[in-house]
Amino acid sequence: MELLIKNGYVFDPLNGINGEKMDIAVKSGKIVEKVSKKAKVIDASGMTVMPGGVDIHSHIAGGKVNSGRMLRPEDHFRDVEKKTAVTRSGVGYSIPSTFTTGYRYARMGWTTVMDPAMPPLEAKHTHEELSDIPIIDKASYPLLGDWWFVLEYLRDGRIEECARHVAWMLKATKGYAIKIVNPGGLEAWGFGRNVHSINDPIPNFCITPREIIRGLCKVNKLLHLPHTIHLHTNNLGMPGNYLTTLETMRCVEDMYDGGKPVMHITHCQFSAFKGEDWRTFDTGAEEIAEYMNAHSHVTLDMGQVIFTDTTTMTADGPFQYTLYTLTGNKWVNHDVETETSSGIVPFQYRPKSAVHATQWSIGLELALLIKDPWKIFLTTDHPNAGPFIGYPQVIAWLMSCKAREETLKKLHPKARKKSLLPTINREFSLYDIAVVTRAGQALALGLTFKGHLGVGADADIAIYNINPEKLDPSRDYEAVIKAFGCAAYTIKGGDIVVENGEVLKHVPGATLWVNVETCKPCEMEVDEGLKRRFREYWTVEYENYPVDEHYLAISRKINVKADV
Amino acid sequence: MTVVKAVTCPVCGCLCDDIELTVRNGRIIKVKNGCAMCEAKFLSHASDHRPTKSMIRREGKLVEVSLEEAVRKAAEILVDASYPVLYGWSSTSCEATKVGIELCEEIGGVIDNTAVVCHGPSILAVQQVGIPSCTLGQVRHRADLIIYWGCDPWSAHPRHIERYTAFSEGRFEKSAWRTYINKVKALVGSKKIESAIRRLAIKSWEPAVARVEKSPSQYLSREGRKLIVVDVRRTKTAEMADYFIQVEPGKDYELFKAMRALIRDQEIEVDRVAGVPVEYLEDVVDVMVSCDFGAIFFGLGLTMGSAKLKNIEEAIRLTRDLNMRTKFIIMPMRGHFNVAGANIVSTWETGYPFAVDFSLGYPRYNPGETSVVDILLRKESDAALVIASDPVSNFPHKASEHLVQKPLIVIDAHMNVTASMADVFIPAAMVGIEAEGTAYRMDHVPIPLKKVVDPPEGVFSDEEILRLILSEVRKIKKERMEAG
Ligand code: SF4
Ligand SMILES: [Zn+2]
Repeated sequence: MELLIKNGYVFDPLNGINGEKMDIAVKSGKIVEKVSKKAKVIDASGMTVMPGGVDIHSHIAGGKVNSGRMLRPEDHFRDVEKKTAVTRSGVGYSIPSTFTTGYRYARMGWTTVMDPAMPPLEAKHTHEELSDIPIIDKASYPLLGDWWFVLEYLRDGRIEECARHVAWMLKATKGYAIKIVNPGGLEAWGFGRNVHSINDPIPNFCITPREIIRGLCKVNKLLHLPHTIHLHTNNLGMPGNYLTTLETMRCVEDMYDGGKPVMHITHCQFSAFKGEDWRTFDTGAEEIAEYMNAHSHVTLDMGQVIFTDTTTMTADGPFQYTLYTLTGNKWVNHDVETETSSGIVPFQYRPKSAVHATQWSIGLELALLIKDPWKIFLTTDHPNAGPFIGYPQVIAWLMSCKAREETLKKLHPKARKKSLLPTINREFSLYDIAVVTRAGQALALGLTFKGHLGVGADADIAIYNINPEKLDPSRDYEAVIKAFGCAAYTIKGGDIVVENGEVLKHVPGATLWVNVETCKPCEMEVDEGLKRRFREYWTVEYENYPVDEHYLAISRKINVKADV
Repeated sequence: MTVVKAVTCPVCGCLCDDIELTVRNGRIIKVKNGCAMCEAKFLSHASDHRPTKSMIRREGKLVEVSLEEAVRKAAEILVDASYPVLYGWSSTSCEATKVGIELCEEIGGVIDNTAVVCHGPSILAVQQVGIPSCTLGQVRHRADLIIYWGCDPWSAHPRHIERYTAFSEGRFEKSAWRTYINKVKALVGSKKIESAIRRLAIKSWEPAVARVEKSPSQYLSREGRKLIVVDVRRTKTAEMADYFIQVEPGKDYELFKAMRALIRDQEIEVDRVAGVPVEYLEDVVDVMVSCDFGAIFFGLGLTMGSAKLKNIEEAIRLTRDLNMRTKFIIMPMRGHFNVAGANIVSTWETGYPFAVDFSLGYPRYNPGETSVVDILLRKESDAALVIASDPVSNFPHKASEHLVQKPLIVIDAHMNVTASMADVFIPAAMVGIEAEGTAYRMDHVPIPLKKVVDPPEGVFSDEEILRLILSEVRKIKKERMEAG
């Protein structure tokens, strides 16, 4: 099918296009130079055209997400989606069901979403859900930071074999990137303990979080993975942790060669806390921003807090336990043998809580104080700091001082006093928004065919009811929220899937995964002894562990060649 | 003759995936590694009593018809019904359940799985307080204290103990791990354990609480893992335990309460709780707080008792309290091999694990109202589809009565009691033997089910049959819409 999007104001930062009025041509799912007369025309005059949104970090699928759904019927009761002639029914709110997840992203003009935490043993579950999520393309990052094989290879200094194992694991789990959560802390949590700095020895393994981070960073390079290591820091959610974060960023400085960044620190808001305890809790955004402005080897995403009732869920078992002891709320813990842990606690962010309000401020401070928008991306760590349907609100906060002031007024006075926001008058342009919601994210992910509208790119396009010549987002931020919440059109792979916020089609999306070609096979594939070790480590058979490709509704394999 | 390795056993929630099958001429002739239940199931595929033809009830009798005719009839029943129920799902694949949910949404019915009559209360309790748990390998590697409460794995989950708990070998199970754990704590802990054991060993647990003689389980050394069983009667598993606590029927809740009090160092005013002397209980609690990793597995003894939901909630609260002192997890012993999967798939597609009502066009969940037994007891449903389950044998009599009075479709590999009362019967392939798919173990680990042999001629899988019915339903709806 051919498509011509005419006369829109195009924001395509990866190609340096900043609000120019131009046409975008689409053929067979790709952006092309031009199309024939037969092409269907979308009149986008007076509207904003962007590449489809890309989300680098959003918990949308898998065992942990689903346990959250199961845990919280009260989350769903008041937020339901009826079946229509073309769409399936479902429920929200903070942990929407699979179909609803796809529709809601598409309605906002987002077309690619990365699920950031897949326990390898339960990877089939993640993929079953991902395949069920319609419209959007997606991928998932296997949790590898506390995997026994990684710990052992790094301890023994066998970095190349470690790399081949990671390559095997990416293939086995149909994964996209190396995810590290509270390195070492999750293994320690197996016996109810934790680590408290990147130099703490990990019980039983004679290795430190620093060595894991550096080791996997090296592995990432040896394998030429499209994304960097994707890291959830030690001490996440603890007052004073901005120091850990700075130390973490510093520990890989020497691995940067001036080219691509080497590390992504996710939902940085949760890792930018100052203060000795919850009473003296304060923002550490300034220090982090200062570091980020002076260095280029790290990218971040915000993890922006939205004031609402949500569900926290991370692989960070000990952190979730702390959250449970702080709140007394219901608590799910799910440790996964040999690999990782996870926890779930429902949570309400209240503007009248000094801590929550400061957390809200930290996220925005980070985004606004870090000068280069290509270094920090918009996320809410869905659903940890708030559900993804809050993105339009976050966009408004970024684009409008007035929107921020409105919220500031409602905050706990202590938090208001501490907030750096009143001193910041930076307001994001639509171009900046296009960077932090799609172009920057695609670039950091190494998704060369996403996040831009150049010839050859996937025809994933969002068209919003925003006339940049007429609308002043700074004043009229409510209109911005409305426009981003309800795309005029969403086009996915050349298909018009949403019109005026209404889903027109239930089409499957693809699952992206990285197929690393190594110079020689990983030991496990050839060594019977290691296969036996596999059986000792896990309670499933070697043959039943990998995710067969048929679990992926549409499998999109990205081939890379490794050095090892 | 071929040997197929790493086959998953489609019987109980242990979902052992190390079964080796020998196949000759399309028949399984030998089963290795499995328990007796496993062996019986795999060998049954070649039974002579397998139904292979679809049937429809005519003039009170089931008569053979073509598959197409049966599918057409089933679809008509479902389209004509205003409030049909779709029940079963725990012994089929997740893939089949997915089609079932789509079918149910299409006809605006209620879909419910067998959890509603077994671990339903466990799910409700989890929805109240959550659950600290883990995968079974975590228990195998780390647990030095195993407690089976109200369940008898030796009989119902025969390989649970050897694969995942007391008899299994894990990374930290032997001496090595103690040195890693905070040394002081380990020292105090192990002394406490040892003294507790010494005390318990010389005392006799009479009359209600009996310490079992040294069991056939020589693996259970004093220093190593310890196994405690709590039950109303002395089960096979209890015979092997280091301690057996015989709780008075219906008194589990009191026992949990007392344990929670003891953990918080509160005095208990009575001498006995649930028939157990409080001083014995103190010793047991001592062992619990001083272990390094404890695991409670509970079964229908807790979920079917009079206190049901309260029991489980209290058991989970006990586990939460224990996490203040050490590492502790709790897990329900799910029965059917894929009951966990039925809950899981239902949750990701609808938000709810069972008892999902689509009559308003979106998923609604209100166990007690939207659960199948309650619907049947209120005589509200006007048709039913039962798959891979035999509700007539275990539902309350009044519920079964209503079930069979209304048009009933049954999809099953065997002619069970419910099937024999069906209006439409469609024979199905045995999933995990004659059809592939995915199932979820009791700890939510997904494991693939293999197709090892072909199903009998003309017999299809649950998933395929449901797809046929779904497309027929859509066809009929379209026809009728066009006809006005
Ligand atoms: S324990 Fe259960 S799953 Fe394992 S072989 Fe026996 S019946 Fe099958
Ligand atoms: Zn996250």
